[in-house]
Amino acid sequence: MRPLIEVHGLRKDYRRGGDMLHAVDGIDLALMPGESVGVIGESGAGKSTLARCITRLERPTSGRVFFQGVDVTDLSDRALRRFRREVQPVFQDPLTVLNPRWTVRRLIAEPLKIHGERNAERQVDEVCRDVGLASELMTRRPRDLSGGERQRVAIARAIALRPSVLVLDEPTASVDRPARRALLALLKRLQSEYGLTCLYISHDIRTIAETCGRTIVMYRGRLAEEGPTTAILNSPRHVYTQILISSIPRIDGAGAQPGRLKAGPASGQHLPDTGCLFAHRCPRALPECAAGPPVVEVAPGHRAVCVLAEPAGNHNGVTPS
Amino acid sequence: MPGLQIDGLRIAIGDRDVVRAVDLAVEPGSCRGLVGESGSGKSLTALASLGLLPRAARITAGRILLGGDETVTPDRDRTGGVRGSGIAMIFQSPRAALNPVLRVGHQVERVLRRKDQHGDPRKRCVELLGAVGLGEPDKAARLYPHELSGGMCQRVMIAMGIASEPQVLIADEPVTALDVTVQADILDLLDDIRSRTGMGMLLISHDLSVVAERCESISVMWQGAIVEAGPNRTVINSPRHPFTAELVRDLANPPNVTDRPPQPLPARPADHPPAEAGG
Amino acid sequence: MGLTGAGFGAGRPDGTGPAAGPGRSARLRSELRQHPSLVVGGVLAAATLIVAIAGHIAPPHNPLALSPGHALAPPGPAHWFGTDQFGRDVFSRVLYGLGMDVAIGLIVAALAFAVGCAAGLVAGYLGGWVDDIVMRVTDILMSFPSFLLALSIAVVLGNTVRNVIIAVTIAYVPYILRLTRGSVLAVRGADYVLGARAVGASRSRVMTLHVLPNTVGPSVVQATLLVGWAILDVSGLSFLGVGIQPPSPELGVQIAQGASYITSGQWWVSVFPGVAIILAVLAVNFLGDYADDKLRGRGS
Repeated sequence: MRPLIEVHGLRKDYRRGGDMLHAVDGIDLALMPGESVGVIGESGAGKSTLARCITRLERPTSGRVFFQGVDVTDLSDRALRRFRREVQPVFQDPLTVLNPRWTVRRLIAEPLKIHGERNAERQVDEVCRDVGLASELMTRRPRDLSGGERQRVAIARAIALRPSVLVLDEPTASVDRPARRALLALLKRLQSEYGLTCLYISHDIRTIAETCGRTIVMYRGRLAEEGPTTAILNSPRHVYTQILISSIPRIDGAGAQPGRLKAGPASGQHLPDTGCLFAHRCPRALPECAAGPPVVEVAPGHRAVCVLAEPAGNHNGVTPS
Repeated sequence: MPGLQIDGLRIAIGDRDVVRAVDLAVEPGSCRGLVGESGSGKSLTALASLGLLPRAARITAGRILLGGDETVTPDRDRTGGVRGSGIAMIFQSPRAALNPVLRVGHQVERVLRRKDQHGDPRKRCVELLGAVGLGEPDKAARLYPHELSGGMCQRVMIAMGIASEPQVLIADEPVTALDVTVQADILDLLDDIRSRTGMGMLLISHDLSVVAERCESISVMWQGAIVEAGPNRTVINSPRHPFTAELVRDLANPPNVTDRPPQPLPARPADHPPAEAGG
Repeated sequence: MGLTGAGFGAGRPDGTGPAAGPGRSARLRSELRQHPSLVVGGVLAAATLIVAIAGHIAPPHNPLALSPGHALAPPGPAHWFGTDQFGRDVFSRVLYGLGMDVAIGLIVAALAFAVGCAAGLVAGYLGGWVDDIVMRVTDILMSFPSFLLALSIAVVLGNTVRNVIIAVTIAYVPYILRLTRGSVLAVRGADYVLGARAVGASRSRVMTLHVLPNTVGPSVVQATLLVGWAILDVSGLSFLGVGIQPPSPELGVQIAQGASYITSGQWWVSVFPGVAIILAVLAVNFLGDYADDKLRGRGS
């Protein structure tokens, strides 16, 4: 089976003041059909930039993005029309992404109209039913809806053309807590009903844990660890992942502590950019970390980019229970 | 026993009761959690304890005691003197709470000078900044807030909070805006300060897991009233109020496959008197 | 579930069915109360328009008819505004001229709006070298005071109505262009533009359907003000002799022709055309004020 989406050596740089920021710094990724993959990382990890590069809302600085084997990295917006039918983003804050003057119906019908679908009205009604949007909301504008309803509108718009891939960037961030469970359950149901392949981006491991079978951990634009979500949660091998997982507040009290981050430099400027980027905050950093950490296959399908990670069978330290 | 004690506090904005008959206590050295959604009245309760209520709000009943002394009553609800005299507060958005045009060291020193601390304020400031975990505190003191990360700004705010050696520290969503690894660091720091100084802490959050991990006792606030209060284990393992139960369920279990909306909650908190579960 | 009242209308949108909302006249009255500028501007504008049209269709006297015997008669029952040095009825000439100036003003504003909006939209959205060229040209044009610029262009092109319109339009396009471009730059980065691109909207679709409606507001207000400016500039150019020429009863021309008679006491030849200009510009400015209020969503 061929991957639906393949990313090789993706890099995206931005100029910030006088410096060059490597938002995404060499990421490889493969999404198999029907999969649900999560990307976690904290601020500065580059997850949203990765999402925008994969959906080609931005052009990567270097590296390749393939969809169904076709190289879409350098295509113009016009050449990407077919791609856009198949790969749809769902953004973090639907309020800013939906034209405030348009009604819900018009917003959901737009992709259908752009791609010349004939029965737009009927398809809009169908997708609204699937997404759980009441018909009286169709004539309202986005600001008159609740956060959860707005996100449903955004989702309806994204799936109206029956895409193959959804890239969701913090889909529950703008939704209040009581509505989050329902929204995630909706996404899981839609994934199976519409046969979607999903890429979830989140800073909250709990969202990823509920929806994704495989998880990628990013740190400052690079891969830290990748593997089955249960493995990431229960036996993380990269020191950063261990700290990340153990930092999540637990309702049954704090678990074992693999150490805490070392204090960062007072002014954020002089961050190292060779070798392991995490080393300067890592409580267990070793001299060899400066040379560049190896990619270690700790188990089938589970790899960690850390000097301390050891192949299957060895536990390299404290793991949270 | 001394510490912070809130008795039957009622706060109104206009003619609407936004905080109804709240009872809350924070013993020295302990951490009490206050959980509730935005709009539930938890921040107003905290601000009332410092005499910092917004102009539109007023206390209509109840009183607040600190160290056994009455500090806030309906007649005396806006005293600047309450601040810095035994109670301090840190907020969600540290960058917003810091003065952007003053160096952070200067801001900490101002608090120290106001409290007439013995010793050299500058030296004490550097000590404090080191105690809250800032590397190279003498260099950090000379920086402006925009030069620091969110986590570092929060540490500065904590330094300002403990500079006056308060009996009780109120932390209103202290880590909500921070990355989760930094969250853990900051909460560890607060625990550490508590155990070293015997300070009491009121930890306010909308996230039950944060509160559950760190606080010995938990109060749950909903629509202006305390609907559940008790020891941590009891509230988490056997919640009495449906709102608490919903919060616990959100954290413990994955969602069902169906996306039916959650059970509707009772309309008014008066329908469910506070469920006092044990001590 | 978080719905504000904004979406709930009383009665059906097409106005049929039981009238559950306030009637149309009540709404008009409330609108007038909230926006006094609408009252003043509306009245003035309506009066100007009626008078201008009437004056064009059926002036009391032929504006061009010479009557040397009645030269320089002061205002009286036969000639309400008196006569000029050629015996022509000033009242008829003022009406006719008012119609001319208002029409020219509207044409200039409409042209400047159309060209400025289109150019501002394209320059702002496409950016790059297109934007650079357009902005440099705009900067050059704006470095001259607009009247002087129009003057220079009119002198070069020649003294016809068409050339005056072109000259003044060219002087005004930069203002609309800059205004539109500024709005476009703000909207271009808006996330809903991103959202439209994400579903496959082409650049032109994004520009016309998403960007343009959200940016055109300030330019519309500016365009209404341009009508007033244009009237002033066109009559000013004609007064100086480089715009519209006599014997055309354009208001600036009339003022110029009557200027030498003011000192000898025959004030009415110049003053009435001048007052007409003032009223027309005032009317336009009040309406522009009302449009501005509506745009910002506040009562004045």
